[in-house]
Amino acid sequence: MARIVAGVSSSHVPAIGAAIDNRQTEEPYWQRVFSGFEKSKEWMAKTKPDVCIVVYNDHASAFSVEIVPTFALGCAAEFPPADEGWGPRPVPVVKGHPQLAAHIAQSVILDEFDITVVNKMEVDHGLTVPMNLLFGSPKEWPCPVIPLAVNVVLYPPPTGHRCFMLGRAIRKAVASYPEDLRVVIFGTGGMSHQISGPRAGLINSKFDKAFLDNLTKDPKKLVRIPHLEYMREAGAEGIEMVMWLIMRGALDDKVDEVYRFYTVPASNTAVGHIILEPKRRAAKKPAAGKHKRAAARAKVHCIRS
Amino acid sequence: MAREQHDYDDIPGTFVFDQERSRQGYGINMFCMSLMKDQNRKAFKANEAEYLKKFNLTPEQTQAILKRDYNRMLELGGNIYFTAKLGATDGHSFRHLAAEMTGASQEDYANMMLAGGRPVEGNRSKSGKSEKSAKAAGNAGKPKATARVNKSRSKRG
Repeated sequence: MARIVAGVSSSHVPAIGAAIDNRQTEEPYWQRVFSGFEKSKEWMAKTKPDVCIVVYNDHASAFSVEIVPTFALGCAAEFPPADEGWGPRPVPVVKGHPQLAAHIAQSVILDEFDITVVNKMEVDHGLTVPMNLLFGSPKEWPCPVIPLAVNVVLYPPPTGHRCFMLGRAIRKAVASYPEDLRVVIFGTGGMSHQISGPRAGLINSKFDKAFLDNLTKDPKKLVRIPHLEYMREAGAEGIEMVMWLIMRGALDDKVDEVYRFYTVPASNTAVGHIILEPKRRAAKKPAAGKHKRAAARAKVHCIRS
Repeated sequence: MAREQHDYDDIPGTFVFDQERSRQGYGINMFCMSLMKDQNRKAFKANEAEYLKKFNLTPEQTQAILKRDYNRMLELGGNIYFTAKLGATDGHSFRHLAAEMTGASQEDYANMMLAGGRPVEGNRSKSGKSEKSAKAAGNAGKPKATARVNKSRSKRG
């Protein structure tokens, strides 16, 4: 059976992608941002997921104002990087997992989430920047990816509650997939930022930190945040954070926070990042063989500080 | 018909790209979208006013685009992710446009961001009502980069 083994959230600031593409990652300004993801890359290399589901939003790349799907699930075999006006990012083509994606579509629609199935889609920095932050810049991405594009551009985006419940439905769908796959789900975007209008540049670290705390401990509190509060407190574009709740909904109620990172700014944005894993149950004195395997697993997951 | 009022219209310095603005600004956003193609960027640059005639814009919208008045574009239904394509055509980044929309110089805006960004205090509400109710306080000083590893978990390894 497939299962979700971890949730990862990360901002997806386009300037981070530009810094990677223009080889500026060693500059002090960017070093401050990238150094926060070093441990995350180690963690990802050890976790070695078979598939990633990446929840992100398209920024007028694949979807213009002609068609605006609220939830669009990428069911194709591959997703080329989009040209966002500066030429496509020099990152590998994202390979999909059409079988699992089809299974998820079939399952969540019957669970009353009327998602849009997308069989042709280019992916922009919203998806590829978090991939870089967690996987570095390899020649090929190490695992297939199922993109889930969420509309957070045209108001209103789906509510936090709706996102959380979609996460729940995705978890159920993954759990009913017959192949033994280890899946990591990403929630991307945020944290506080506003890039439009005279109030641009707004940052609210206090809001962001409370959001990170509750994401781990009390996500039910977060699902009640109304859109007005996101926009007022975390900036007009800070509303992207509802996407993190899809990731959180796909995890158990109780999780362990493995890692977090927060810094201000990257360009106009507060960068936030968190890694959550299902809570380990207290060891119950398992049989010797089992114990060894559990210990080996724990070792794989640990991050040395 | 006057624009219907919404709770979020109380947020200062913000034009929420809602359904009504999307309807109104369809031409602006489709024009911006056309700039994804190099041949269109060249055609626009060769004769801006002529190129804009293809997009069923109002005279106000056309003027806002020609004058690169980004706030006015948003007010008339443009969305930042679309208008940023016009910015890119002019060779400008998101941050450059953001600074322009705030009225600050590029340097002052960059310094504000480095110092922790625009604080939310005093920037929540036009009416001032929500300022009192919001308990969130203090964004004083520059937030430091923080990384936290769950130590208790690490020990298990």
